[in-house]
Amino acid sequence: MLKKLAFAATLMAATALSGVASAKTLVYCSEGSPEGFDPALYTAGTTFDASSRPVYNRLLEFEPGTTNPVPALAESYEVSDDGLQYTFKLRPGVKFQTTEFFTPTRDLNADDVVFSFERQFKADHPWHQYVAGAAWEYFNGMGFPDLIASIEKVDDMTVKFTLKQKEAPFIANLGMDFASIMSKEYADKLEAEGKKEQLNQMPVGTGPFAFVAYQQDAVIRYKANADYWGGKEKIDDLVFAITTDAAVRLQKLKAGECHVMPYPNAADVEGMKADSNLKVMEQEGLNIAYLAFNTKQAPFDRTEVRKALAQAVNKQAIVDAVFQGLATPATNPIPPTMWSYNKAIEDDKYDPAAAKAALEAAGVKDLSMKIWAMPVARPYMLNARRAAELIQSDFAAVGVNVEIVSYEWAEYLKLSKAEDRDGAVMLGWTGDNGDPDNFLHTLLGCAAVGGNNRAQWCNEEFDKIVNAAKVTVDQGERTKLYEEAQVVFKREAPWITLDHSLVVMPMSAKVSGYVMSPLGHHSFSGVDIAE
Amino acid sequence: MADTTAIEAPIQDPSSARRLAEFWYYFSENRGAVIGLVVFAVLVVVAVLAPLIAPHAPNAQYRDAVLVPPVWETGGRAAYLLGTDAVGRDILSRLLYGARFSLFIGVIVTTLALVGGIVVGVVAGFFRGWVDTVIMRVMDIILAFPSLLLALVLVAVLGPGLMNAMIAIALVLQPHFVRLTRAAVMAEKGREYVTAAQVAGASSFRLMFRTILPNCLAPLIVQATLSFSNAILDAAALGFLGMGAQPPTPEWGTMLAEAREFILRAWWVVTFPGLAILITVLAINLMGDGLRDALDPKLKRS
Amino acid sequence: MLRFLLGRLAVLIPTFIGVSIIAFSFIRLLPGDPVMLMSGERVMSEERYQQISHELGYDRPIVVQYLDYLWGVVRGDFGTSVVTKQSILDQFFTLFPATLELSLCAIVFAVVLGIPAGIFAAIRRGSVFDQTIMGTALIGYSMPIFWWGLLLIILFSGMLQWTPVSGRISLMFFFPPVTGFMLIDSLLSGQAGAFKSAVSHLILPTIVLGTIPLAVIARQTRSAMLEVLGEDYVRTARAKGLSPFRVIGVHALRNAMIPVITTIGLQVGVLMAGAILTETIFSWPGIGKWMVDSVFRRDYPVIQGGLLIIAGIIMLVNLAVDVLYGLINPRIRH
Repeated sequence: MLKKLAFAATLMAATALSGVASAKTLVYCSEGSPEGFDPALYTAGTTFDASSRPVYNRLLEFEPGTTNPVPALAESYEVSDDGLQYTFKLRPGVKFQTTEFFTPTRDLNADDVVFSFERQFKADHPWHQYVAGAAWEYFNGMGFPDLIASIEKVDDMTVKFTLKQKEAPFIANLGMDFASIMSKEYADKLEAEGKKEQLNQMPVGTGPFAFVAYQQDAVIRYKANADYWGGKEKIDDLVFAITTDAAVRLQKLKAGECHVMPYPNAADVEGMKADSNLKVMEQEGLNIAYLAFNTKQAPFDRTEVRKALAQAVNKQAIVDAVFQGLATPATNPIPPTMWSYNKAIEDDKYDPAAAKAALEAAGVKDLSMKIWAMPVARPYMLNARRAAELIQSDFAAVGVNVEIVSYEWAEYLKLSKAEDRDGAVMLGWTGDNGDPDNFLHTLLGCAAVGGNNRAQWCNEEFDKIVNAAKVTVDQGERTKLYEEAQVVFKREAPWITLDHSLVVMPMSAKVSGYVMSPLGHHSFSGVDIAE
Repeated sequence: MADTTAIEAPIQDPSSARRLAEFWYYFSENRGAVIGLVVFAVLVVVAVLAPLIAPHAPNAQYRDAVLVPPVWETGGRAAYLLGTDAVGRDILSRLLYGARFSLFIGVIVTTLALVGGIVVGVVAGFFRGWVDTVIMRVMDIILAFPSLLLALVLVAVLGPGLMNAMIAIALVLQPHFVRLTRAAVMAEKGREYVTAAQVAGASSFRLMFRTILPNCLAPLIVQATLSFSNAILDAAALGFLGMGAQPPTPEWGTMLAEAREFILRAWWVVTFPGLAILITVLAINLMGDGLRDALDPKLKRS
Repeated sequence: MLRFLLGRLAVLIPTFIGVSIIAFSFIRLLPGDPVMLMSGERVMSEERYQQISHELGYDRPIVVQYLDYLWGVVRGDFGTSVVTKQSILDQFFTLFPATLELSLCAIVFAVVLGIPAGIFAAIRRGSVFDQTIMGTALIGYSMPIFWWGLLLIILFSGMLQWTPVSGRISLMFFFPPVTGFMLIDSLLSGQAGAFKSAVSHLILPTIVLGTIPLAVIARQTRSAMLEVLGEDYVRTARAKGLSPFRVIGVHALRNAMIPVITTIGLQVGVLMAGAILTETIFSWPGIGKWMVDSVFRRDYPVIQGGLLIIAGIIMLVNLAVDVLYGLINPRIRH
């Protein structure tokens, strides 16, 4: 049934396509298949690039090129004096996309907003389990079930969120992909027809591009949304050509088979820069790779030992060998593109002799330790094994014997959480909402010990600062607090901060108007292509 | 592969010296087999002497010599005859050490599969009945999966690594030995010398392993060479898929997997490890062909 | 014949059940935990973990899970993927035509080149031609095909730019999948150049996947021909003065083909194993790549369902070969 529908849709789209000969088509060689098209169900950026970013909008969205949340489907919002009530005024006249499989009869209203959120936390909601194993990962991961007291429709164009406690990053969270606004009318229609799962396969939203068809593991097609509230896009068709191999993506880019590609091999970047048919955009990613000691384990419970080892690591060598230079050695636990990044802090200088002396002074002799290396490539660490080998030889130079261990990825994540874990863990983080809280509190707060806090590091001073910043609304004050927190972090060195990777976006020289997102999103709104 | 099942037992009962001489006569007539043997011998020597002949340590990283091309290309350096990889390791040295791994994999996997297969096969062929039925069904089940897929999932279960890859490959290869052994044992069981031994009061165990087995060896040897090359290929394939030997082990398939991202920029890191696999497997297969010709009287005649 | 068929089927069913047990239990033994993987670097609370495990049914006794699964399979329900949350059977049917198309092309490639090569090598036994063909075949047989694929990409796609690097057809063409076979669909679409594009995308993967079957078929054909050429009736035919073409073409070939057909049938397993590597290299959206991706994503139900479906297909093809062989050669029917 469903498949037939999809066929019908593609058929019609095909005829429509062949009719318009001069349609402007932008092809994006994406790095993988989307898991589905309902962004709230998933956590992968690949999925968001294919669902929330082209098809949907959110109440607030990040201003292109920054991490600042700005009004989108909400025209404006007010915060009550106690900081617990957020009232959103919706933008009037926003149309949902008209597609071959759905024709909307009404504009966006408060019902859509309430529906989009309620399905994620009300266990008895008819859409809570509309696909098997729906876990609403981000909604839960960002702590919304414990944060939100209620979401109410005040009138057709007004929605009120009531929180249980003050939470400054809440506004930034609403710009995240899981907060995408779905069409309740479409959902009702699917429910009536008994094919709810289609919500996750053929999406309808208010975004700049309307979904046309998806060929599993091969191609996703969109067309510009003619009724888009932000104005129709300059390109007519948007195509995602799913190409998992980076070398192949580059081949296609060079052959003109696609116009934009993400995640090139570092080794190829130099060549791309030299190619006049291509242009290469670069930006620091919203990420950090670190080596977390277990600060509950001797001798790593001692600051001077951690500091000494931090001096022994040649970060530049890691950046060169693993990223071919496409990364910057990290000083602070948050990336430089994030507000409140403390530029005044200096990194521990690479000095094996000093490190050796410091270890001896600390009475540490014949130290043997484990270093955990992730089995998979992550954006912040492309090849953990290679990096671990470099650290191994760096540590050998200061008389520390390293055994590299690795586990299967899920196992790795699980075992590395344990408070009695043996050894230092290499891991990293990619920011979700551009808020420093999302790094400093999430990864280093006392509450996260035994969980996200892989260093098992609970420092009273640090914890007090980040908790204060969490409930402060004023951004200037928050900035000061976070800058201070970074000073404490560097002094105590629970991690050796390794690198922030650079995000590189090669594209055809014909492409214009592409804006890189510091959050790592790939969005094609506002992009044009020369014939 | 199917053709090896048609092999019959070798000529009965000449003295072993004569048998060997005859075997060598037929084997050495096959030029390919001799070439294969020579190449294989060279590989063994290389593997044994790797620490002596390799110009560098296999995991030594020369950070001033990253992705240096082979010596004959512009930019190549005499210190790195076949160039270096992404972290500045000498490819030639890694290949030389890699020979150790490949031969080791071949030997271990073949031994595991051979020993396991023979024991199970003899049991099935000798006892027949329900034991046989159960064993053969299990073998059918294993053979119902494509070998590489089964090995891949097995390694996923056991955890990626060279040891586990070898176990997985041995497991998927051994049904061939079971089938061969069982067929040979059943064929031999009816022969006079077996009945004679039985009458003389030999125990079942002795009968199976001392009397019958030596007479079924020829097809097993041929199958073993095939398994040897298959083991190397499958282990390399698993390494290539990231499920075999883990970096920085200089295993050839793993080297290929690591090299894949440089396919457009540094052809040498991709080309040489693959060539090494091909040459090794080819040499063993050439020997295998020679062995089959020498051991199989049927083909000898034609 | 019916009894023969029934006998084979009677063996097949317990084997299939065994296969299902293996597929099922493997997956339970996999170390990675799919529920953990869902959260990645983000940590999940213990109660939430329990809740999700419960929703996915992982907390029930293993035997219950198995019987439930088997009952589902009998009804044609292979479960849903934990990653995409979509029906496994649906996914299989969308991806299988790509693998089937590639495998058929590879087999055709192997047969069309392999059988004549084997025949000529047998006729000119011992000649330079024979030695060249057999030498090449042995190289092909020894080829690590994942490397072979990379070499071909470097040469034909990278240096010469003759063929596209990956995928099934240029993105410029867009038409609904009617049969799932890109060659047929591209013709049906009526779009100019679509067929050509589909063919150019198929060439390298076909060569890579067909290499080992080609080598095996060439070798098998040669040895089968040699055997037949030595038989009395062929000598008689020759002695009677029949033209060599007739002797080889009619008498020898027909008999030599019986083992060759069996060999071709046995290549199905080889092709499936090859598809895993070939599809990975060429980003070919088929079931080989699907399986590899699923192993890496720890998509339990997909690995389980995929193993079962693939093993089922291989068993059925082997049965078909058996039956075919029984028809051609009644002697083996016991």
